[in-house]
Amino acid sequence: MVAQNIAFGIVAAIMVWGALRVVTVNNVVHAALWLVLVLAGAAAQYVILAAEFIAITQVLVYIGAVMVLFLFGTMLTRARIGAERELNNKSWWLGVPSAGLLLGVLTLALVSGFGDEELPKDAAIVSTEQISDQIFGPYLLPFWALSFVLLVAVIGAIVLARKD
Amino acid sequence: MLGLIASIPYWAQSLLRVLGGIVAVLLPAGTIVYVFLFKMMSFMQSRLGPMEAGPFGSLQLFAEVGKWLQKEDLYPERADRFIFKIAPLIVLSSTFLLVAVVPFGPDAWFTDFEAGVFYALAVSSVSVLGILIAGWSSANKYSLLGGLRAAGQLIAYELPMVLAVIGVVIQAGTMNLQQIVVAQNAGSIFGWDGLGNPYILTQFVGFIIFMIAVQAELTQTPFDMPIAESELVSGYMTEYSGFRFLIFFIGEFATAGVFALIASILFLGGWGVPFAWFGWTSIDSVDNWMNVVGPLIMFTKMMLLVFVIMWVRFSYPRFREDQLQRFAWKVLIPLSLVNIMATSVLKVAF
Repeated sequence: MVAQNIAFGIVAAIMVWGALRVVTVNNVVHAALWLVLVLAGAAAQYVILAAEFIAITQVLVYIGAVMVLFLFGTMLTRARIGAERELNNKSWWLGVPSAGLLLGVLTLALVSGFGDEELPKDAAIVSTEQISDQIFGPYLLPFWALSFVLLVAVIGAIVLARKD
Repeated sequence: MLGLIASIPYWAQSLLRVLGGIVAVLLPAGTIVYVFLFKMMSFMQSRLGPMEAGPFGSLQLFAEVGKWLQKEDLYPERADRFIFKIAPLIVLSSTFLLVAVVPFGPDAWFTDFEAGVFYALAVSSVSVLGILIAGWSSANKYSLLGGLRAAGQLIAYELPMVLAVIGVVIQAGTMNLQQIVVAQNAGSIFGWDGLGNPYILTQFVGFIIFMIAVQAELTQTPFDMPIAESELVSGYMTEYSGFRFLIFFIGEFATAGVFALIASILFLGGWGVPFAWFGWTSIDSVDNWMNVVGPLIMFTKMMLLVFVIMWVRFSYPRFREDQLQRFAWKVLIPLSLVNIMATSVLKVAF
């Protein structure tokens, strides 16, 4: 697992750097592009963990759809070229403790949940079939719940967008 | 079967695959531009097209590439320079990533992804990002409008494309492109295996939807709202010149080629011939010469499909923006959903 650990370290470092740039650059579009880098890094981490399907889903959903919509929205409303001075939210410092809190909770959950457990030496690739068996088997109820949430969102979007 | 590939050392395999990938992107792009854009369009408009450079103007392409390469690398004064420069590269790299899953023969593949089709759809959607930031960073109203139109169109037509592919995936029972090819060529139509079972027969609706979506994803006329010459100069490409324009240009036609390759795998049986002709039963019994014949078959099918794409391109007028969106959301998406339902019902029934 040495090679995977080194790769994980490199990708994680790039992701942290990208995430810091997202909140420090003073141009909306640049921030969005740094966010693309972070999300692509997450996809790379999934590949390192031999979770091919999830990595591809990450690219399709987050880079191909969510970020494109982000950029689409900002370009439709305001996205000037060059630095913008008043881009920072006035209460940005509130984000620091909440990020720290999230880090703490996640670390606690991971350490208490997995402790010293190690990944198997040669991680088998999780096949798409296994994933679909899981989703449509034990996780059917959460899957349905999510579908309803999405349906509500779709109907809400239509209601908001209708003229009459 | 696997013996051939195992006898080559790993580094040589990787090198061969990288070289093969570059050939698989650039060769179709060049052929498409010469055969269809230069010659076919000219003949359809009662002219000869390029005739001077080489026999029948066949070296015209090299002259054009040479011209573009020696031009100055210009950028607008107020452009966001770094993003302006990397945008075409994002578009082209999505094409190179796309060709990585295309199998050309039993051993002649680049990567053997289990979720092949899904991967292809995912990386093809990355090019939208390049187009959007190209339009934005040009600091030009026409470019920005073109980029926004392109994004709106590509988002709208990506959905029917994904949904059309699902029909094929249900029928083949796999997302791996290699296994989709095998499933079609080893299949039979009600017990008759003289043709295999190309999915264009059973998934005809899916094929039509997929080809329309490809046409829109490539922003070829009738879906060329994003680069509409008569209103937007040339959309998100307006400010590009020299080799960055060349990269956009190669990207456009190379992507046409790669999408045609993927369509030929999904619907026309890919590199294979019906396995019954030579008494093959599975991919392991396919003879080695298919690694040479396979790419040729693929190339032929690609030219056939690109011919259709270009034929439509040169024949129809442009859609209006609202017609274009309405067509995607109100016709293609419901139709492909019905197709998925019918396919799954029939899959369970048979």
